[in-house]
Amino acid sequence: MVERVIATKEALKLIDLIKSRHGAIMFYQSGGCCEGSVPMCYVEGDFKLGDNDIYLGTIGDVPFYIHRAQYEYFKHTQLIIDAMVGRGASFSLDSVEEMHFITKSKVFTADEYDEVNKLF
Amino acid sequence: MIYANPNTPGAVVNFKEKYDNFIGGEWVAPVKGQYFENKTPVTGQVFTKAARSTVEDIELALDAAHAAKDAWGKTSATERAAILNKIADRIEENLEMIAVAETWDNGKAVRETLNADIPLAVDHFRYFASAIRAQEGHTTQLDNDTVAYHFQEPLGVVGQIIPWNFPILMAAWKIAPALAAGNCIVMKPAEQTPVSLLVLIETIQDILPKGVLNIVNGFGIEVGKPLATNKRIAKIAFTGSTAVGRQIMQYATENIIPVTLELGGKSPNVFFEDVMAADDEYLNKAIEGFVMFALNSGEICTCPSRALIHESIYDQFIERALERVKAIKIGNPLDTEVMMGAQASEQQKQKILSYLQLGKEEGAECLIGGEENVLAGDLAGGNYIKPTVFKGHNKMRIFQEEIFGPVLGVTTFKDFDEAMEIANDTEYGLGAGVWSRSGDTAYRAGRAIQAGRVWTNTYHQYPAGAAFGGYKLSGIGRENHAMMLDHYQQTKCILVNYKEEAQGFF
Repeated sequence: MVERVIATKEALKLIDLIKSRHGAIMFYQSGGCCEGSVPMCYVEGDFKLGDNDIYLGTIGDVPFYIHRAQYEYFKHTQLIIDAMVGRGASFSLDSVEEMHFITKSKVFTADEYDEVNKLF
Repeated sequence: MIYANPNTPGAVVNFKEKYDNFIGGEWVAPVKGQYFENKTPVTGQVFTKAARSTVEDIELALDAAHAAKDAWGKTSATERAAILNKIADRIEENLEMIAVAETWDNGKAVRETLNADIPLAVDHFRYFASAIRAQEGHTTQLDNDTVAYHFQEPLGVVGQIIPWNFPILMAAWKIAPALAAGNCIVMKPAEQTPVSLLVLIETIQDILPKGVLNIVNGFGIEVGKPLATNKRIAKIAFTGSTAVGRQIMQYATENIIPVTLELGGKSPNVFFEDVMAADDEYLNKAIEGFVMFALNSGEICTCPSRALIHESIYDQFIERALERVKAIKIGNPLDTEVMMGAQASEQQKQKILSYLQLGKEEGAECLIGGEENVLAGDLAGGNYIKPTVFKGHNKMRIFQEEIFGPVLGVTTFKDFDEAMEIANDTEYGLGAGVWSRSGDTAYRAGRAIQAGRVWTNTYHQYPAGAAFGGYKLSGIGRENHAMMLDHYQQTKCILVNYKEEAQGFF
């Protein structure tokens, strides 16, 4: 089965660190200016989800969500959540760490994309 | 000329070792005594520290603001306008020092801070000084004996959270209307750029009544949330990403307070066929309009990051435009000849690089740039990206997501309708550009594009008095115009009946 979101080893390490500090967490892919276009990491429930949010998958046992409208133009790509040195985006839990999450991407092959389209 | 680095001989600005919060007219150390390091994007070096505040500091700032609010709310518009004008004069007197501080904190070219950011901030205070003097309430005679009097009243104490791309100008955009309307403020600067605003505050602190304007630095999750959820604020204003904007709205529901949000865009810049009808000053201006994606290193919510060019002129136009992109001088942001400086942070640089990679993965053709710009000497540790132009199509993610860097996606259209379809095929609606020698075409396009600001035969002008704000996911509210006063005021209706007789119901 095609995974729509995956995490690198570095990202998984950072997820574990943040879970150890805050307990249950979640991800939400942001858009827009400044801290837009980054994976925001929240304490579970601190960001209220709605009917227009799509569950994209799980990384390190943490659910990852995206807005339906944003998913429409993201869906030909697989999101690869990585971690790099430096503080994260404001309001995200990685903003007070020395590492931050970053969304990297890979374009799906035609076969993979067919599978992805069957998911909805 | 090249300005000396701050804190070196000949520098026009010298930063302190650390910066406290500005609360109740005093510099107050954070309650928990913590500070965070602040790096300059110019060289990547730490140059000072700012208060890493907590909820306790937000409460102190709110105490100060609430102590000041009754007196400040009762000052006359004349007095408030006089104070705003004094602030403007003082910033203007210190313009060079503040501009260099802004460049060092944010990384943008000093040419821009000297000629745009700081002069615009100065003018913003003057504009709202005038706007509040000119504001009038409405009176309606509803019948012979009944009159509705409408008064504008301040909201009280407001919270404001500002971004890192224009640390001082965005502060001015939020401070000036709020103060003009008689509110007291607790503001949180962005943690990426916490200090330049404080350098400005040092120059005006004697002008402001104590507690009217309070600045608390720190991280979004540690002070932004306690501010936005606090029951002692009457409104919250935010500029930033969609996810955080949505979070701010969610916080505001806890106390049922109004929000204004400015959340970015993916602005189309549309070049119609007649742009190339002559090789003249107008064409020169249009080509400059194309290159505006590199202004402020692309870190502008209204960055014209999608260029839509009529297919019949594409080859000739892009040739001329790329020549102009090549001529962008990149280097030391403190050099007044440099046109494009650094990206605001290492993280921002990494994010932009991930999009350069994605553009290539998606099959876009890289026409110029496409990689990091590694500069020599001290600047080697800074965050620099080459101005980049991709040719592709509007369904690519690089055409749909805000990259917030000097990265432009170019595509073509065959006629007016297709141009409008592409222009509006976006989740955002903040800015747009329309270029045509035909007033008719330009007007129709301007009305058809779903965006709050459509520059017509110009781009990236931000004079006070021109409303700025978004359609669609780009936000709620209009800044940069007298109508912003409405976002910082309550309307009080005093309904008076002058008739002697009872109504007759009871």
